Amino acid sequence: MEVRSMHFKARVAEKLNDPVLQGNLRLSKGKFVDKRAESIRELPEFEATRDAAEAIRNRALRDLDLWLEEFERKATARGGSVLWARDGDEVCRLVIDIARRHGVRKITKSKSMLSEEAGLNQALEAAGIQPVETDLGEYILQINDNEPPSHIIAPVVHKSKEEVADLFARVHRKPRKTDINEMTREAREILRPHFLSAEMGLSGGNFLIAETGSVAVVTNEGNGRMVTSLPKVHVVITGVEKVIPTLEDLCTLMRLLPRSATGQSITNYISVLTGRKRPEELDGVEHMYFILVDNGRVGLLGSEFQDMLRCIRCGACMNHCPVYQTIGGHAYGWVYPGPMGSVLTPLYTGLDQALDLPHAATLCNQCGVVCPVKIPLPDLLRKLREKQVEEGMRPWFERVALRMWAWVATQPWLYALGTKFAVRYLRWLAGGSDRIRVLAAAPSWTEGRDFPAPEGRTFRELYSERQRR
Amino acid sequence: MRVGLFVTCLVDLIRPRIGFAALRLLEAAGCQVIVPAAQTCCGQPGYNSGDRSATRALALKLIDEFADCEYVVLPSGSCAGMIREHYADVFRDDAANGQRAAALAAKTYELTDFLVNVAKLDRVPGRFEGSVTYHDSCSGLRELGVKGQPRALLSKVPGLRLTELNGAEECCGFGGAFSVKFGDISARIAERKCGNIQASGADAIVGGDLGCLLNIEGKLRRMGDDRTRVLHVSEVLAGND
Repeated sequence: MEVRSMHFKARVAEKLNDPVLQGNLRLSKGKFVDKRAESIRELPEFEATRDAAEAIRNRALRDLDLWLEEFERKATARGGSVLWARDGDEVCRLVIDIARRHGVRKITKSKSMLSEEAGLNQALEAAGIQPVETDLGEYILQINDNEPPSHIIAPVVHKSKEEVADLFARVHRKPRKTDINEMTREAREILRPHFLSAEMGLSGGNFLIAETGSVAVVTNEGNGRMVTSLPKVHVVITGVEKVIPTLEDLCTLMRLLPRSATGQSITNYISVLTGRKRPEELDGVEHMYFILVDNGRVGLLGSEFQDMLRCIRCGACMNHCPVYQTIGGHAYGWVYPGPMGSVLTPLYTGLDQALDLPHAATLCNQCGVVCPVKIPLPDLLRKLREKQVEEGMRPWFERVALRMWAWVATQPWLYALGTKFAVRYLRWLAGGSDRIRVLAAAPSWTEGRDFPAPEGRTFRELYSERQRR
Repeated sequence: MRVGLFVTCLVDLIRPRIGFAALRLLEAAGCQVIVPAAQTCCGQPGYNSGDRSATRALALKLIDEFADCEYVVLPSGSCAGMIREHYADVFRDDAANGQRAAALAAKTYELTDFLVNVAKLDRVPGRFEGSVTYHDSCSGLRELGVKGQPRALLSKVPGLRLTELNGAEECCGFGGAFSVKFGDISARIAERKCGNIQASGADAIVGGDLGCLLNIEGKLRRMGDDRTRVLHVSEVLAGND
């Protein structure tokens, strides 16, 4: 997907002034946050399970190469083909090659954020192959002129039911419906023939299990099962970091993933798919391919950002992020929004592609405390800020201001003098009132708020006076 | 107990009375309070902006200034969190100073945490007629576990009624430099916080970090609310000088 993160500030302004979006964000915030809180109350060992999950993910990442080889061996033994892709372009090329080899003209897709990274749908269309998104949210986005998702598990969370009703009426050319069951049925009627006629199904993978060579696919809508069992060919696209050693590890992680994501104790479907159809079996796919993707992940191994690879894509960090809750996902400008996106976007697409994102956080650590695999997101955001400074990417006035401030703050006499004048100036600006309405030094503060007036003398002055008395 | 008081740069500049209130509370708890005259800033703005060398210089200065105190107390969860949780990282490549930073971190406390858990203050000097609600600032809450301490102390203030704030643990949108770099997002987050504060019906919103309080007060006033008082917890606990 094209990276638009450099337009973050402009898009923020747009999103803050979109009353429909603001209403939708308010609604979804309550749902995600409250439901998660409720669902973890029924699991007293939630915190201990987080520790276990962190350890599982760390163990997998410590010897990632070995687990991937183990996965490849097991998956191959069950008739799967394991292919490796360095980047998005290679993903597209591999998928198109497989499609051509099997005479595929239509591909049904279950949710895959990696296919968004790769811009796969556009590449397929250009190659004359029709991709059909079958996750309801992704379907809605696809028929809305390939709108990008705004959330990793609820891609269409930025839209209201009314907006979807309008879209359905326009695209489906049927009478407008606003009952959710009826709207879903309408989408299902359109998708059903696609499920039956597609020659190939494409899915993401929540986890790869090394000991069995399986992929685990976690869904709520059942479309994942149709995509991975009806066509002759199933292609799994997933990041190399998604491998875990054992099925038991999967069980531990599954106690956290749905609770953290949607507040469900378990999702409607958890499919563990192992190999293609065997001679004695009646159904199943005839060809199974795994495309395991780097696209920036391998570079994080052994770096100060390795912790980020633990991510299991639950979305809890964005659901709890005050910034995400205020601007939604599109402003972030690439595939992944919220705190995890603000870490991943610069790491995967280039620090200079997303200068604002690491700074677009209050470092409140609400994300860190809800992360099921305990990724220290604020620390990683701060490290990205350090990298920007080290590489001279910050604007000159910010660098100069920081340097000046730090130097003055190490010279107590100068600091005392400077602050003495500063507080008197601010006091004067307040003009006898308790607030400053326009602060020229920080106009972006006073655009939306007043700045409370200082008392007018520094603590330092008052304290030394008191000592002298 | 020889206690060093670090008033923080924001208090020094904007609300000296919070520094004096902290001083009174520490004295009421029987501490011998030292206020190093040359203190400036803990270095957090530099740290959160990614400028490690600026942070280092200020951290070293602070470590020197408070080296001979038994405890260091700050009327701010955010600055106390900087010292306790992040100084170690500032000196991650410098073992000698890293040890000194760790020694400082071990004796550094947020004010209400210190009053409850170390000084065990049982009577507070302040009085307050009316209802207050409490905003849990992020660093104090999530880095230092400051949650029950301010409430325990506020419950000792004669005349004060504490009502819980809806979404008390949610960020107010301040975030230091964030509040200026992304003033529009910051103010919008503050609006949500202020809505909850008004819905609580309390006479005052109380918190433990001046940064958050400036953000909240600024937004309340801009929203036309001149009624809700915005107070640092130390002001309420210490009462008037």
